[in-house]
This record gives sequence, C-alpha cells and structure tokens, in this order.
Amino acid sequence: MNYERIKEKLNILADAAKYDVSCASSGSKRTNKNKGLGNSSGMGICHSYTEDGRCVSLLKILLTNYCIFDCAYCVTRKSNDIPRAAFKVQEVVDLTIAFYRRNYIEGLFLSSGIFKNADYTMERLIAVAKKLRKEENFNGYIHLKSIPGASDALMREAGLYADRLSVNIEIPSVEGLKLLAPDKKRNDFLRPMEKVKNEIIQYRSERKIIKNTPVYAPAGQSTQMIIGAAGETDAEIMYNSAYLYKKYNLKRVYYSGYIPISYDARLPSIGTNVPLLRENRLYQTDWLLRFYGFDIRELLSKEHPNLDSDIDPKLSWALRNLALFPVDINKADRGMIARVPGIGLKSVHKILQARRFRRLHWDHLKALGIAANRAKYFIVCDAPSFETKDRTAAQIKGLILQESKHKFRGMLNGQLNLFDPVTPMVG
Amino acid sequence: MIKFLIYDGSFDGFLSVVFKVYDERLSKIRILREAQYDHAHTLFDEKEVVQTNVTHAKRVWKTLKQKCSHHGLRLIYKAYLSEIAGSEESMLIFIQKQLKASSPISQNYSDPDILRLSKVVKMVDREKHRLDAFVRFRQTKEGVYFAVISPDFNVLPLNISHFKHRYADQKWIIYDLKRKYGIYYDLVRVEIITFKFDPGALSPNVGYAEEEMQFEALWKNYFKSTNITSRKNTRLHHQHVPKRYWKYLIEKRP
Ligand code: SF4
Repeated sequence: MNYERIKEKLNILADAAKYDVSCASSGSKRTNKNKGLGNSSGMGICHSYTEDGRCVSLLKILLTNYCIFDCAYCVTRKSNDIPRAAFKVQEVVDLTIAFYRRNYIEGLFLSSGIFKNADYTMERLIAVAKKLRKEENFNGYIHLKSIPGASDALMREAGLYADRLSVNIEIPSVEGLKLLAPDKKRNDFLRPMEKVKNEIIQYRSERKIIKNTPVYAPAGQSTQMIIGAAGETDAEIMYNSAYLYKKYNLKRVYYSGYIPISYDARLPSIGTNVPLLRENRLYQTDWLLRFYGFDIRELLSKEHPNLDSDIDPKLSWALRNLALFPVDINKADRGMIARVPGIGLKSVHKILQARRFRRLHWDHLKALGIAANRAKYFIVCDAPSFETKDRTAAQIKGLILQESKHKFRGMLNGQLNLFDPVTPMVG
Repeated sequence: MIKFLIYDGSFDGFLSVVFKVYDERLSKIRILREAQYDHAHTLFDEKEVVQTNVTHAKRVWKTLKQKCSHHGLRLIYKAYLSEIAGSEESMLIFIQKQLKASSPISQNYSDPDILRLSKVVKMVDREKHRLDAFVRFRQTKEGVYFAVISPDFNVLPLNISHFKHRYADQKWIIYDLKRKYGIYYDLVRVEIITFKFDPGALSPNVGYAEEEMQFEALWKNYFKSTNITSRKNTRLHHQHVPKRYWKYLIEKRP
C-alpha cells in the first residue's frame, strides 16, 4: 500500500462524502459465516463521534469525486474548482478491511460522483462490495449508494452484496429539482428505489419457502433530503417522507440541513447558518410517524405547513388537541400514553411494566424518567393533586416554556445542545 | 449491631454469602469485598470472612434460576460486575424479595429497590457498549490484534461474545489494565489471561507491526476530514465520547 497516496485520496474523498448524514449500521441480519471476518447482526455501533456530535460508524467515502453532473447544492459538481481523486477498487477493499480489523468501523458506506455514466459508476461500486464479500469473506456492514439512473440489472446485483442501498432525493420538490439539479429527474431516483423494493419483497417471500435463498439488502433502503436549499415548507418535506416510507418501504429518511458551499445565487449564501433546529424538528416529526403511531396529517397540513420552532411537534399536536386529555396513566392504552408530551417510548414501556404491580402516582412516574414539567398538564394518575385547572393551550404553552426556558436557552439561536440530530428525543 | 460479611470478590463468593444469610437467618448485615473492607469501617463492628463455597454457590444459583426470569438473573450478575460498594446489599434485597414472590419481579420498576438496581445495571450495560465501540486494536509483530482498556466496571466478561463473533478469523487480546487480566481469542476459544509485564507500557515502536502507525495515521486523517466545522457542537461531542475514554481513541490523541 502506498500510504501517502492513499492518505491524499482519503482526505479528498472522505471530505466530499461527509455531507451524506446517514451513518446507520443497524438493521442487517448478516451473521459471521465460516469463521470469516465480521458480523452485522447486532444493533450497529457508533465507534466515534465527530466534533459536531455525529456518529462515526462506517468508513464513508466516495469512490471518486469526478462527476459529469452539475447539481448546484453539491460540492462535487462539475463546475466546482476542487481537487479530484479516484480510488481503485482494491484500495477501498484494503482500507475497509484494515479499519474493520482494528475495530474503527462497522463497515463501508460507498458513494460516488457519476463518471462516464450511471451504469459504469454503479458497476464499480458493486465490484467493491462483491470483492469484500467473496474474496475477503467480509460480513461487516456495506451501504452502497444507488446511482440515479442505474439499470435494473445492476440494482438487482447490488442488493446481493449490500446490506443497505440508498438513493438521495436531496430536493423534495419537482420544481426545486429542476432549478438546482437540471441534469436529474425525479424518476431517476424513484426507479432504482422501486426496483430494490420489489427485489426485497421477492427475496423475502422466496426465503420463506427456500431457506438458503441469499439475503438481499437486509437493512433495506434509505434516502436523504436537504433542508433549506430550495425553500420547501416542512409539510412538503414530511409529506414526501410519509409517501416514501409507505410506497417504497424505506427504513429511514435523513434530513440534512443545507450547508452553504457555493456563491450560486439560487442558494443560501455562504455564511448562512445551517438550519439545525429545523432539522431537529423534522427528525422529531419523523420519529412520531415511525414509532409513535402518528399520521402525517395530524402533524402538518395546509393550515399548519410549518413546525413550531419553540416547542416540539408532539407538544404542539397535544395543544391543538386538548380535548383528548387528560389521559389516565393507570388505564390508557400504549398508543395514547405514547402521545403524552414528556413521555418517551422508554418511559411508556416502563409505565406499562410497572402498572401491572401497582397503581402509579407522581413519584413513580418521575422515577421512571418522564418529564413531569410537561406531562403534568396532560395526565392524571393515582394522586390527590394534579393539574385540575382548565387552562387554554396558550396558557399551557406559556407555562411549559417558562419552566424549560433555562434548559433550552441555547436552542433557539440554532445551537443544539440537548438533541442529537440523528436520534432526537421525542418526549 | 451490624455485622460485616466479607467475601473474596468472586461471584461464587457473593452467592456463598447469600447461602450463609439464609442458612443462619442473618439480618442487619453489610456485605463487602475484601478489598473494600479496610478503609471503610470501624473496629466496633462485628465482622466475619465468608469462605467461597462452590457447592453453596451452585445451590443458590439453582434456586434463583427457578424463581427468576432470565432478565432477573442478568440483573444480579451485572450488578455484581459493577463492583459498586453497596450493590451487594441491593442484590440481596432483590433476591430476598424475589424468593418470597410468586412470579418474576425484576421489571417491577415501581419498587425503589429494584429501580435502583436497574439503574446500576444500566450503567454497566452502557459501559459494556462503550467498550464494544471504543476498543481499538493494534496489530503486534506476532500478528495478534491487541487492545488495552480500563473500564469503570468489570465488564470484560460481557464483551466476550460480541468480539468473538465479530473477529472470528483473527487472534485478539483485550486487556483490562485496572483489573490486570485480559481475554484472549486464539481462533478457537476465548480464555482469561494475565500478564507478568505491564502491557500498558507497550509503545508504538516496540511490539507493534510496522504498518500499524500508518493505519492509525490514515484513521486520524479520515476522522478529521469527516468533520463539518459549520456544525461544530462540542457539548454534544463530549456527551457522546466522555473525556475519560479519549485515551483509547487514536483519533482523539494528539
Ligand atoms: S450527480 Fe451526485 S455527485 Fe454529481 S453533482 Fe449531482 S449530487 Fe453531486
């Protein structure tokens, strides 16, 4: 290995890949076979964290940052004057194995600029994954980018070696896409997604009948949208997500606050703050959709197209629906308890366990980790005193904000302290 | 008067104490490890050293297996691994309550004793997961992947299965500097090992393979390039990687 040369390439190609925020390495069922290397049947591990607090789980690089396209929001775009580099297939394989053996990473996330054409690029990505699986007996995690416009045959092959495939929508609206990425059409993203979805379904059903059917993209598909580059509302973004989750069975949609990288007049100028708070609110909404049983129509609508910035989306929903409260903690079903502001899923579980043994009162609930300062307006429990006063939504909001002012002080000026943007707390 | 029961610090030792407590119907006791006794207690208390008795330990464990859920057994074992002074009493209280109860109680979070025990176990679990993440191997000249750690709790036994499944085709050692023992995988099984020398003293130039420094440099470089400065959030960063772990992490070393 020529370490100096690899180092140069790594600097360029890791730097270019970092704007893709996905770093998940969970959800695969690939176990170690024949005493090979690696195992990705577990939870997925963050081996380190960047100074911006994001999980480092995978070696995330581009195969090359040469690109024939000119998407305005992307550092790799053709017209950008930056150093370019390309890895050889074997170099990526060696680097992945060396890092994996030292417990630096869970696996590889390989993306690429589009060189020559979509299929040529996709073929090279597949070649890396295939070598890792076949020659190195590598069972770690592999996430490959589906190159927009790649053929069905290639997408079919990619899923045989990759745990996850993703194709980034980036710009949620058709108009925005036309403006910022004129070379791309929405269908170029959706087609590989559709193909992979169908293959997953087919392989799953075959696997039920024939046990040794190979696994196909066991960790499913994901996508990413850039937030704040093309002026979309939160509703446009989240209705897109809800659609993608449903139509393509996506495992995850990632939201990436736009990081200004260009003086292009179509985009927010360099120096504009990254919309971190907004990004966090979108993740919270996403969580509510996937784990808390909410429907997108309950959270965003024509009348209510953007999320509140001062309160989280669950609280915001609860305040619009005060008629459904208070909820009796000792009787209500799981779904309704999960809808109470200040009670996260872990607490829901603990409440359900604990109330089998006795009726719960405030001290129990606090010990179980609920945020009583918010929840108290929405629940009753086994206690003589609870918030009986009839308060309006505005009054409750005022009281909650007042109490949490100190804690959340930093958040409104865009400095997130308490929330991890990739696994936000929804309470 | 309180009676101190002193045991050797082994899990069987603790179970032997439990046996004694039941056998002699003891109450008003405190349980301490040998190593903890000296500095904590006065001359006036009564103390007794309990010898570890494997037969007694087995009998207690068998009874517990009949009464506890898997969750409950793990709760006891992991609380033991925490080595936190006083956790033995919480474990004993849990055992006493469980033996009286008719069904498993380890998830009764409305019971303050059980909640306290679960919190200890949560800390142990977290430490175990942090090790899965933060162990960094270096390849020695002999080709063994070697890592040293000094965890807050004695979690190494909990990490065995994870590393064995992951690194099935390479020899590796993870060594606990604080407790002076390690786990060694020889391509077939994992064994507990101890060293006569101080493995913490192995330096990058002595003992490790030549390319090791190159890979570390590459990894450090990668770590630097993957950061997005306009999103810098030091507080979040420290929350995820508390400073006491930095010593393991190549990427955090200057
Ligand atoms: S095709 Fe991909 S890599 Fe190329 S400019 Fe567009 S977003 Fe960037």
